Amino acid sequence: MVENVKELLKLHEGITHEVYLDNENSSIVPKEVVDSMLPYFDKKAYGNPTLTHKPGWEAFEAIMTCFKKISGTLGAKNLEDITFTPGETEANNLAIMGTCFAQKGKGKKIVISEIEPINVLQVAEMMGKFGFSTTKIPVDREGFVNLEKLKEAVDNETILVSISSVNNEIGTVQPIEEAVDIVKAKNPQTLFHSDASDAYGRIPFNVQNLKVDLATVSSYKIQGPRGMGAMYLREGINMERILEGQIGTQKLWPGVENTPLIVGFTKASELAFENFDANTAKMRMLREKLVDGIFNELTDLRFNGPKGDKRSPDNANISILRAEGEALTIELSLKGIYVSSGSACSRRLLQPSHVLVAIGRRFSEAHGSILMKTTRYLAEEDIDYVLEVLPSAVNRIRGIVGSTGVD
Amino acid sequence: MSRIPLPYNPKVMDLFRNPKNLGKMEDATVVAVAGNPACGDMITFYLKISDKDIIEKASFESYGCAANIATSSIVTEMIKGLSLEAAWLDITWKKVTEEIGGLPSVKFHCGVLAVGALKRAIRQYFKQKGVEAPSWMPKENTFEEKQALEEEELAKLLSKRLKPEAEKQS
Repeated sequence: MVENVKELLKLHEGITHEVYLDNENSSIVPKEVVDSMLPYFDKKAYGNPTLTHKPGWEAFEAIMTCFKKISGTLGAKNLEDITFTPGETEANNLAIMGTCFAQKGKGKKIVISEIEPINVLQVAEMMGKFGFSTTKIPVDREGFVNLEKLKEAVDNETILVSISSVNNEIGTVQPIEEAVDIVKAKNPQTLFHSDASDAYGRIPFNVQNLKVDLATVSSYKIQGPRGMGAMYLREGINMERILEGQIGTQKLWPGVENTPLIVGFTKASELAFENFDANTAKMRMLREKLVDGIFNELTDLRFNGPKGDKRSPDNANISILRAEGEALTIELSLKGIYVSSGSACSRRLLQPSHVLVAIGRRFSEAHGSILMKTTRYLAEEDIDYVLEVLPSAVNRIRGIVGSTGVD
Repeated sequence: MSRIPLPYNPKVMDLFRNPKNLGKMEDATVVAVAGNPACGDMITFYLKISDKDIIEKASFESYGCAANIATSSIVTEMIKGLSLEAAWLDITWKKVTEEIGGLPSVKFHCGVLAVGALKRAIRQYFKQKGVEAPSWMPKENTFEEKQALEEEELAKLLSKRLKPEAEKQS
C-alpha cells in the first residue's frame, strides 16, 4: 500500500504550481506560525507548566499568555473559561459529553441541526448509549436552521442545543443570537453550544454578544497547527471531564499541555484578528473570483449554500453535474490543485455529504460536489491557475462519463 | 461517513489517466448499463459481437471514481476477442481485481459492478437475438448481476426518500 502511494506521489512530479484549497480538512501552516512555535520545542518553555523549575515556569507563562489572547478573541471573561484541546473533534466531544454527564439530572434531551459536523452528529448519537435522545432540526435549501422547528423541539427536558455558527461544508452563517434567544425563552436551563470553527477568523464571533454557553474553535481552520483547538465554557456551568489523568493548568483536560501547538494556535489567531477586515476581505475577493470564474467557464453547475453576507467569506461549494467527485479530486491533484468532495465514493452505497442531502441536493449532485476554502495566504495568481486548469479537468472527467450518469 | 485512504496502484492510475476503449460505440451490437448515479457509480458497456458470438470490440463510459473508470476500462481490454462463453465464465470480479493489480477493499465493488454490467450485456444479447440462452448461462442472476441490481434498488429507495427535499431545489 505504501509502495502505491510512493508511485502516486511520483505522478505529481513536475508540478510547477500548487494551490491548496482543501482548508476544510487540514491546512498549510505558514512560516510565521511555524517560526513562532520552534523555540518552544527546545529553546524555552519545554517544561511541564505545573512544575517548579524554570522551563516549567516559562511554559506556564507562555500558556497563560495564550489563554489570555485566545479568550480575548472570543470575548470570554476569564482565562479559565478556555480549555485547549487537541482539536475541534475533542472540543466538541468534551462540550457535548461533558455537559450531558454533568447535567443529566435536568433532562436527557439533546437538540442539534441536521447539518452539524460529524464530530457533533456522531457524539450526540453516541449519547444514546447513555440514555440521551437527540433531535435533529432540519434546514432550508441554503442550510439555515428552521427556527420554528427549533422552538418546537426544546422543552423542559432539553439540556443541550448544539448548532454550528457557520456550516463547515456550505458556509451558511446561522442566526445564532436569535437561536439562543428562542432556546432560552423555552428553557432558560438549556445550554447552548456552538461549533465556531468555521466562524472564527471569518465572521465576528463573540460569546458575550451571542450569549452562547459553550463554543468550539479549531487551530488549523485559521492556519494554525493541526492537533490544537479550544473549547469555551461560560463560568458557573457545571461540566464533567471526559478523560481522566494528571490535571495541569486546565481542569477539564488532563495531560501535559502542548506548549508549542498552543503558541502556534495563538499566533495564528493573532494574525487572523489583527487585520480581521482586510483578511476576510481578501478571502472573500478570492472566493468570488474562484466561483465567478468557474461559473463563467462551465455549465451544469449548482452553487451550494447561500450567497452574500450570510455565507462565510472563504467557502465555495459547487456541484459539478455529470462528474464524480473522487475522480475530480484525483484529476485536479495531478495538476497541483487540492480540493475535497462530498462524494461517498470511499465507501460502498453510503450516502454522500449529509449536509448537501439535507439542503435537498440529489445524491448525484452531492457525489459531484467540490469544496474549496480560500485563505489570505493565497494570491490571485493561484486562483487564475485553478481557473486555467479546472475546466479542462472537469471536461476530461465528463468525457469519461459521456451519456452515462445522467439521472 | 468514514473516510479511508485510497492508495491506488500505478495500473489503476494509468487507466484512470489514459482509459482504453473509452466512449460510445455507434455500431454496438449490445449496450448494457449497471449502477446508478445516486450511488456515485455507473457503467455503460458497448459490445460489438460477431455472428459467431465473439466479442470483436468493447468500449465503456463510466460515471464513478478512479477505480470504477479503471476496472471498466480493463474489462473492455480483457474481453476483446473472447467468445461470449469465455467472457461469461472466465471474467469474474476477482480476476478483474487481480488483473488491475489489486484494489483497496472498499473498491472491490467497482470490479463487481463492471462484471455485472458485462454479464448483463451478454444476457441481453441472447434476448435481443431471440434465441434460447446457451447452457453455460444460468437462468438465475449471478452474484455480480445481483449486486448491480441491489445497488440500483437502493438508488431507487434513496431517491424516493429524497423526493420531498428534492422539491426544495432551485
